Amino acid sequence: MVQGPLRVDFLTVLADWISDPARWTGATGIPNRLLQHLGYSVGATLIAAAIALPLGIWLGHTGRYGNLAIQITNVGRAVPTLVLILLLFALWPFNVAVIFAALVALAVPPILANAYVGIRQVDPEVRDAALGMGMRGTQLLREIEIPVAIPLIMSGVRTSAVQIVATAGLAAFVGFGGLGRLVIDGVAKGFRGTARGLPEVVWGAVLIAALAVLTELLLARVQRAVTPRGLRRQATPASEIPSASTT
Amino acid sequence: MISFDHVTKRFDDGTVGVADLSLDVPEGQVVVLVGPSGCGKTTTMRMVNRMIEPTEGTITVDGRDVMATDPAELRRRIGYVIQQIGLFPHRTIAENIATVPGLIGWDRARTAERVRELIDTVGLPEGVADRYPHQLSGGQRQRVGVARALAADPPIMLMDEPFGAVDPIVRTRLQDEFLRLQAAVRKTIVFVTHDIDEAIRMGDRIAIFREGGHLEQFDTPTAILAEPANDFVTDFLGAERGLKRLALIPVSDVKADPGPLVRPGDPRDRVQQVAATEGTDWVVVVDADGRLCGWAYVDELGEQVEATGARPFSLRVFADDSLRKALDSMVTSRTGVAVRVSGDDRYEGMLTQDILTREIV
Amino acid sequence: MIDWAWIGRHTDDIWSATREHLVLTALPVLLGLILAVPLGILATRTPRLATPVLAVSGVLYTIPALAMFVFMIPFTGLTVTSAVIALTIYTLIVLVRATIDGLASVPRDVREAAEAMGYRPAARLLRVELPLALPVLIAGIRIATVSTIGLVAIGVIINVGGLGRLVYSLGFQRNFFMTPIWTGLALIVALSVVADLALIAVERRLTPWSRGR
Repeated sequence: MVQGPLRVDFLTVLADWISDPARWTGATGIPNRLLQHLGYSVGATLIAAAIALPLGIWLGHTGRYGNLAIQITNVGRAVPTLVLILLLFALWPFNVAVIFAALVALAVPPILANAYVGIRQVDPEVRDAALGMGMRGTQLLREIEIPVAIPLIMSGVRTSAVQIVATAGLAAFVGFGGLGRLVIDGVAKGFRGTARGLPEVVWGAVLIAALAVLTELLLARVQRAVTPRGLRRQATPASEIPSASTT
Repeated sequence: MISFDHVTKRFDDGTVGVADLSLDVPEGQVVVLVGPSGCGKTTTMRMVNRMIEPTEGTITVDGRDVMATDPAELRRRIGYVIQQIGLFPHRTIAENIATVPGLIGWDRARTAERVRELIDTVGLPEGVADRYPHQLSGGQRQRVGVARALAADPPIMLMDEPFGAVDPIVRTRLQDEFLRLQAAVRKTIVFVTHDIDEAIRMGDRIAIFREGGHLEQFDTPTAILAEPANDFVTDFLGAERGLKRLALIPVSDVKADPGPLVRPGDPRDRVQQVAATEGTDWVVVVDADGRLCGWAYVDELGEQVEATGARPFSLRVFADDSLRKALDSMVTSRTGVAVRVSGDDRYEGMLTQDILTREIV
Repeated sequence: MIDWAWIGRHTDDIWSATREHLVLTALPVLLGLILAVPLGILATRTPRLATPVLAVSGVLYTIPALAMFVFMIPFTGLTVTSAVIALTIYTLIVLVRATIDGLASVPRDVREAAEAMGYRPAARLLRVELPLALPVLIAGIRIATVSTIGLVAIGVIINVGGLGRLVYSLGFQRNFFMTPIWTGLALIVALSVVADLALIAVERRLTPWSRGR
């Protein structure tokens, strides 16, 4: 364990490192690393959503190939992103598309599974009533299934986005940018003596974690905002209005 | 009018849902499909709007083969109410009710007016319009389901156990309201239930189904109660078949008997004579205007009948009461009869157990 | 594409990497389970604890694995202990949730019936609630196990062993030599699938009443 006085010393080292103006400018500065990190994350999330949302929604709407969606999720979870990055990078060296491909592969399963489950879990009687009143397939999808499934669909996107933000640090492993750079560079400098690589490593880790938490909080708000009011059960107290004829 | 002509439904797994069904649902009537689970009653109903498609035979609505009609167009002209209601949880009550008007392109003002009208018609408080389904009670949701089905004023309604999910007290009230509403709107209604009492109450005609999709009997409730077609129907009707039938027959359908009738001022010997002829130890007292004064024991009377001395009848029946109420009144009164009076309390005769027995048998 | 001769020459390396991977997976899952079940029970019994426990675990879960490993360095250095602690934090989060959800999944009528028949709280927990919570708990163990198998690979960053090292040190760093990379990936996926199937088998053994549903 780190000793008492040493810990205070280490906190000072951490503070000194982050307050050095050199950290905040140039290609290796924190702002640039943050932008790179956001670039990978936002790009990968959008690509993953563009692939997985239509597919998951369509699978849910037709109700077929549901097991396929679940299988993809399970296999996807078994492939570690780091190994995938290493593999793809070895096949296509120095191609940044590798990072996007690996992050998209990470993000597709949760979005796909949530979209599929979200559409499937729409009450069968709600679907029955909609069809029974004369809605066509696309109307059912657009007016009933998607709005009702929106909370689950969005929570899949949220889960994926947070995972992507947390995992995008691995890009640095194969020489690309992002906040992972701080961690990797710090590790490379070694840890003997607190002043060497360690502050960089800790700050890199803290910044990635903070970005992940922020993403989670932000997307939780977005999810709430796009959830139709009638589905926000906690928001409005379920007080009952007395019926005219019951009184 | 809805017409089934030799309709059979065989499911993919080979089970027969409906077997060679021929049945007509007359315009403006409530036809109740009733039977145990697995008897094909719901399947039959769902074939009308093509939620299920028949394997053989033809179903026509107003002369048009449903299979030759676009399903969505067909369904928009047929109101649809199911037991679980299926309200859209993300839409307000007003938006839910406005579903079909929205589908067929009514303008905003007309839809809003119709929604307001329907909320009132089905007895919902005005404030519900902007509420969401989960904020309503079960009975209120049920009313919304009915209002939503009525929205575009469809001539035909399909109702699958529409009152099945609410408690018995609310159910009875919803049934009463439904009958009152139906008397005004006169829709052609196919109503599915597993409850024979509900069927008897609600139906102009009842179709009794048996497992495997066989129609066992199709007739008016009174006719079915009077003459069940076979043992299955008899069993299904259950005990107290006679009582159930009495509940459907109004007092005005049977001829009332004048009974041991005396007037104020009649002398004692005349009273004794009347009672002896009728075989009673009491008489009924009616004044010169025909108003019912009450009844009295022969032994209690003085020299003359007096209007003020008569005991009041605690229960009386009117022309539109059921014979079942008359029977109830007989078994709870000392005299053993039910007295029939008009709205302004004029004596119209009495019903005896002999008269009821003639009616039941 | 695959150099089978290399695989033949390095069976020892492959085998030891696989064994390390297994140990680095099993330890965090077991430690997590030992800590999570009592914690979950406690949180269920004390509703005031449930919200903070879930909130803290929710925040911890968003911390990236890369960062979690690195956070351990000041305390335990570049060691297996660091990796096990970091991975245990993840399994703990998943398993506490699973325990709470599992206990919550026990139908209230069953719980009340057990109480009405005179089970004391401890016996009720052991004989009725925990068995009925098993399906949800085991589902949590499956998630924890499979994701830990994946996370162990990231241990490369702090120099711990496992199949990640096979992929990285023997393949990637040796001029993108593909054979160990494919071998490592295949073994990781195989481990995940086998572990998952094994846990499904355990669940069937332990919950005979839910079979055939």
